[in-house]
Amino acid sequence: MSEPSRLFVSPSPHIRHGDTTARIMGDVLIALAPALVAACLVFGLRSLLVAAVCAASCAVFEFAFEKLTKRVNTISDLSAAVTGVLLAFNLPVTIPLWQAVVGSFAAIVLVKQLFGGIGRNFANPAITARIILVLCFASMTAWTREWIPAGTDAVTTATPLAFLGRGESVSALQLFLGNHGGSLGETSALALTLGFVYLLIRRVISWETPVVFVAAVFALSAAFGLPPVQSVLSGGLFLGAIFMATDYVTTPYTFWGRVVFGVGAGFLTVVIRKYGSYPEGVSFSILLMNILTPYINRWTIKKPLGGAK
Amino acid sequence: MKKLPGVHAPHKKNTARFPAVPLPAPKLVRIPMSMHIGAPAKPVVAVGDAVKVGQLIGEAAGAVSADIYASVSGTVSKIQDSEPATGERGTIVVIESDGLQSAVETSPPEVSDLASFLAAVRASGVVGLGGAGFPTAAKLSVKDVSQIEYVIVNGAECEPYITADTRTFIDDAELVWSGVRLLSEYLGVRSIIIGIEDNKPEAIAVMKKYCAAEPIASVASLPALYPQGGEKMLIYNLTGRAVPEGKLPLDAGAIVINVTTLAAIARYIGTGMPLVSKRVTVDGSAVPDPKNVIVPIGTPVEDVLGFCGVKPETVRKLLLGGPMMGAALPSAALPVKKQTNAILAFTEADAEVPKEKPCMRCGRCVSHCPMRLTTVEIQLAYQANKPKELERLKVGLCIECGCCTFSCPAKRPLTQYMKLAKAELRNYQNLVKAQAEREAAKLAAKTAKEAAE
Repeated sequence: MSEPSRLFVSPSPHIRHGDTTARIMGDVLIALAPALVAACLVFGLRSLLVAAVCAASCAVFEFAFEKLTKRVNTISDLSAAVTGVLLAFNLPVTIPLWQAVVGSFAAIVLVKQLFGGIGRNFANPAITARIILVLCFASMTAWTREWIPAGTDAVTTATPLAFLGRGESVSALQLFLGNHGGSLGETSALALTLGFVYLLIRRVISWETPVVFVAAVFALSAAFGLPPVQSVLSGGLFLGAIFMATDYVTTPYTFWGRVVFGVGAGFLTVVIRKYGSYPEGVSFSILLMNILTPYINRWTIKKPLGGAK
Repeated sequence: MKKLPGVHAPHKKNTARFPAVPLPAPKLVRIPMSMHIGAPAKPVVAVGDAVKVGQLIGEAAGAVSADIYASVSGTVSKIQDSEPATGERGTIVVIESDGLQSAVETSPPEVSDLASFLAAVRASGVVGLGGAGFPTAAKLSVKDVSQIEYVIVNGAECEPYITADTRTFIDDAELVWSGVRLLSEYLGVRSIIIGIEDNKPEAIAVMKKYCAAEPIASVASLPALYPQGGEKMLIYNLTGRAVPEGKLPLDAGAIVINVTTLAAIARYIGTGMPLVSKRVTVDGSAVPDPKNVIVPIGTPVEDVLGFCGVKPETVRKLLLGGPMMGAALPSAALPVKKQTNAILAFTEADAEVPKEKPCMRCGRCVSHCPMRLTTVEIQLAYQANKPKELERLKVGLCIECGCCTFSCPAKRPLTQYMKLAKAELRNYQNLVKAQAEREAAKLAAKTAKEAAE
């Protein structure tokens, strides 16, 4: 003991909480599982294939880029896998696999790694990749579904937002369960809500952004003369509000910042749905709010205890 | 009033039920002359002098300093300027013990008014025993006593493992209460609040009994949320007041005094025996027999560990203080000081520091900061070398409690970044000040020259 070298000296504190980056990302993957099961029921097993291809290609791009630029390998933190699954959830089940790989490249290399890797990107990788794919490929708007209720015979179908746009009515229950057209992970509000509850219980995310986002869309849809329940349950709102608008890196870390983010994203979503040339506005609105996030943080940071203004 | 955040650190109060046992007199004690904030004490003994327990060996040098007394009886064998083997700097008086622990004859000091009370506090050698080590006499010597609206007796003991203050409440209840009486009588305080975290029901019960019999103080049961015992947290949680930036608790009308500090003052005023020993919690994964031990000040840490059955070869990390704010020791030969309240020894598995990962801006450091600082931005501003940004984010308010590092899932040493950022901001502010002074001097010289012409 008199030998000083045996003792390990480090700055305080000397104990840590058990949470790690990998555990948090693992929790997000678990929370995404119900929606993946729903996707398999609604669109068939190809959903699994698309998700696997996206997750694997994201991981490969992350590994390759970090190897190439001699950065520390971050595969084990599972953030690339989360990006991959989220990207898959934003794609139609019929997407050619090579296009999905292009999406993974955009998400990991263009949006995440070129800005410095985890924690440094200003935009949500999966959302931005989805937008790039929508602009590039027509296949992104070919919505199909496998599980067809008796009495219908269509294979290709429009999304509920397209129906609503034409003034047709859509069953709220069908929307809630997810039995309708759309990208593969977005349709079942039920499954996504299960994931939301799990993330809340595990304290991975807080309730503010998703609840305020959905509430804002509900209220503003009513104000703009859209059926509010159907508006909330269709499109990528639940997926976006629960899993994309709560991304740590690209959304505010203050309570009021998260409220502002939710209100802003909700407003933009409804405006785009009502007046935009695309039927869906969730991804664009989240991306726009991502850009505002540093400012929202700056405006909403708390006054320190005893600190003068 | 909004609650201040914090972290739910594991309590690990394994020794809460163990009354303190005295350590047999060590072979030698090494008593540093600086165990407090302020000027080091001046040794008043010489090598070869025979000393007894309670004999003055170091005299306070100025208002912010403290007297130091021999903790064992024996012979002064060395007076060192430093000890390279352990990295200690500053004067150390080494006393070889005769094993008898014979004490000087003491008699209670005369205390009849505020001045004589403060003189007694000064003579007791007591400093902030919760860890800060600020000379208590200096803290209590306020210009205008009527400024003190609240005296808070700090018994929160929010650090994991440590139960020394808890045992003070239980083992030394009489002393604590006579301390409360002294404060009430000589400071004329309107409100004395004894703050105890609610995971110490026994201590709360004991104090409540005293308060019921003699209503000069009240017990506040505080939620067990680290860092409840932080001075600013206690004041805010008990009075709703925030200590203004760069000011003292007194500016918020409050004085916070640790419970063991109070008991030590009461012991001196009751018996004339100054501070010579300390109740220390010995615990941690390398300690087979955790205990509370009454340790003569200056005892080498390794002697205390040996008393608790610790095998030296199993210890990989040694802390003086708690796991949230305690200092890791480079050597087990270092002495127990006045403000030492715990010795924690950990095995290999608990000694490792996790690998630092990139920040993902989750904001947990922000939501857990009891000072409501924006840690995530401060660490980035520090790394980007932006002192102005550090000034705007008020990093100077950081109390270094460790909540940010504790809660960070990326395992970043944020508290360390905060400390470094504080130093960088101070350097920058000094630089700015020096530059302003230079320019003012230049301007003054110029005007003087012009006036002469």
